[in-house]
Amino acid sequence: MRHAIEAEGLRKEYPKGVTALAGLSFSVSPGSVFALLGPNGAGKSTAVKVLTTLAKPDAGRAVVAGIDVTAQPDRVRRTIGVVAQGSGVDIQATGRENLRLQGQIHGIRGREIEQRAQELLERFGLAEAADRIARGYSGGMQRRLDIAMALVHDPAVLFLDEPTTGLDPEVRADMWSEIGRLAAERGKTVLLTTHYLEEADQLAGRVAIVDRGKVVAEGTPDELKRELRGDAIHVDLEREYNGTVTRALAGVASIRDVAVEGRALRARADDGGRAVPLVLQALESHGVEVSSVRVARPSLDDVYLKYAGRTFDAAEAEAEVAR
Amino acid sequence: MTLIRHTLYMTLRHLRELWRQPWFVAVTLVQPVIWLLLFGALFKRVIEIPGFHSHSYIAFLAPGVVVMTAMFNAAWSGMALIEDINRGVTARFLVSPVRREALIAGRILKEAVVVVIQSLIIVVLALIVGASFPGGIAGVAVLFAVSALLGSMFGALSNGFAVIMRQEEALIGATQFILLPLTFLSTTFLAANIMPGWISHVADFNPVNWAVVAGRSATSAHADWGLVASRAGFLVALTALCLAFATNAFRSYQRSV
Repeated sequence: MRHAIEAEGLRKEYPKGVTALAGLSFSVSPGSVFALLGPNGAGKSTAVKVLTTLAKPDAGRAVVAGIDVTAQPDRVRRTIGVVAQGSGVDIQATGRENLRLQGQIHGIRGREIEQRAQELLERFGLAEAADRIARGYSGGMQRRLDIAMALVHDPAVLFLDEPTTGLDPEVRADMWSEIGRLAAERGKTVLLTTHYLEEADQLAGRVAIVDRGKVVAEGTPDELKRELRGDAIHVDLEREYNGTVTRALAGVASIRDVAVEGRALRARADDGGRAVPLVLQALESHGVEVSSVRVARPSLDDVYLKYAGRTFDAAEAEAEVAR
Repeated sequence: MTLIRHTLYMTLRHLRELWRQPWFVAVTLVQPVIWLLLFGALFKRVIEIPGFHSHSYIAFLAPGVVVMTAMFNAAWSGMALIEDINRGVTARFLVSPVRREALIAGRILKEAVVVVIQSLIIVVLALIVGASFPGGIAGVAVLFAVSALLGSMFGALSNGFAVIMRQEEALIGATQFILLPLTFLSTTFLAANIMPGWISHVADFNPVNWAVVAGRSATSAHADWGLVASRAGFLVALTALCLAFATNAFRSYQRSV
């Protein structure tokens, strides 16, 4: 098996003409951690739904652990563990009961499932709360229980859809070390989706940036960041100037990746501090009035802007409208 | 085998859920008791109406209350499914190898179990307040069986509409809309021969009435087994249809995820 996960030209359109996947392709090698990175509405969750047999693609091929997802969904379900966006915990049952049922569904019974549940409860710091109703668990505890449930049958491939969204920063850091440990387990392949660059950076061996249902860039976190060397320059303009701004900056050699969106101007430069006076001078000579200037280290927004051609916020707003 | 096992896992899950809500259990048990005693007292003298062939109204009413209770509780079955869908529990099951049919069947089996327990309590109470069931244990068993069938039928309908509507308010509205009319368009409270003619005709097509008629006849001194068998047969057929409806609705829900 060359790849643990293979997505090839996946397409999916929802009723009302919303295109969730527009030919999404990527592959994940066995035993690695792979992140799909993008804003809400980029198609990450739909990709996970297709790969985990929940949704059928309109076109394309999805193969998990060497098994075709649309042809043999039931075999795939035995092989994968899934932590969905939002919790799937039954909050009227205890942690142990949740784990037990999940194991029983996977055909683990009797003493074996009791042992397995206890093991996972201890590993995820839930041993003390094991026999309490999950309704009373904190968000972080419910999330850990979600992951424990996904692992109960020792799956070869693990899907984590936005595993830390909605958690406080502290809990998120805990979750990262938890996921990091998972990845270190021999032979387990992890696919995670996220809209946090730091998360992809910290956890994933490879990252694919997803925009409008397609992969627009792929590489190791270092590779992606290297292409973004230098600083980001953010300029707020007094009003919209359309083409004038781009024309004004055409002659400034030390900046690149110039993008204008309404009254916001963004550009990149190796040395932001030195570039700013030149930028301001060029804008002034074309009659463009500036209200403020900032220089910043590369952010997720900048990575995204470079590959998707628009800002993260603009992409999320567009997805919101489409919904 | 797997289907049966998975259905039992789900049934146990739902029963445990119910057991953990003692107030709900209490209300569920008290409600039929109130119906039996209240309606029993309120309509006590209707047996004096010429043509009402019964010597005790409580004895006449008890099978009706058993059936009514079965419907009134099972008809809310879909609410918990909507909650499961909204909480992501259903999606978690759908990416596991659980048998799809078990996700609906487990809920319906739970309703059937609850119906039998409630029915037992109502019958015991009716005996205490002076009713008798000359049909004996066999008759009472038939009453339980038709009630469980009716409960399964309404459980299936409720779950089917739950996945179609996927909104608790809509399901509550639809359920409330049908429960009382179905009860009053049946012989639960009054014998057919003293009802307005049109109601008794409508009642012939009302599954609630099928269960009441079959249960009442089976528990009486001179059971009309032909009548019991035909009404039970109708119930089996309609329950099967409702189960097919619920399973299909769930399948189309799966496709829409």
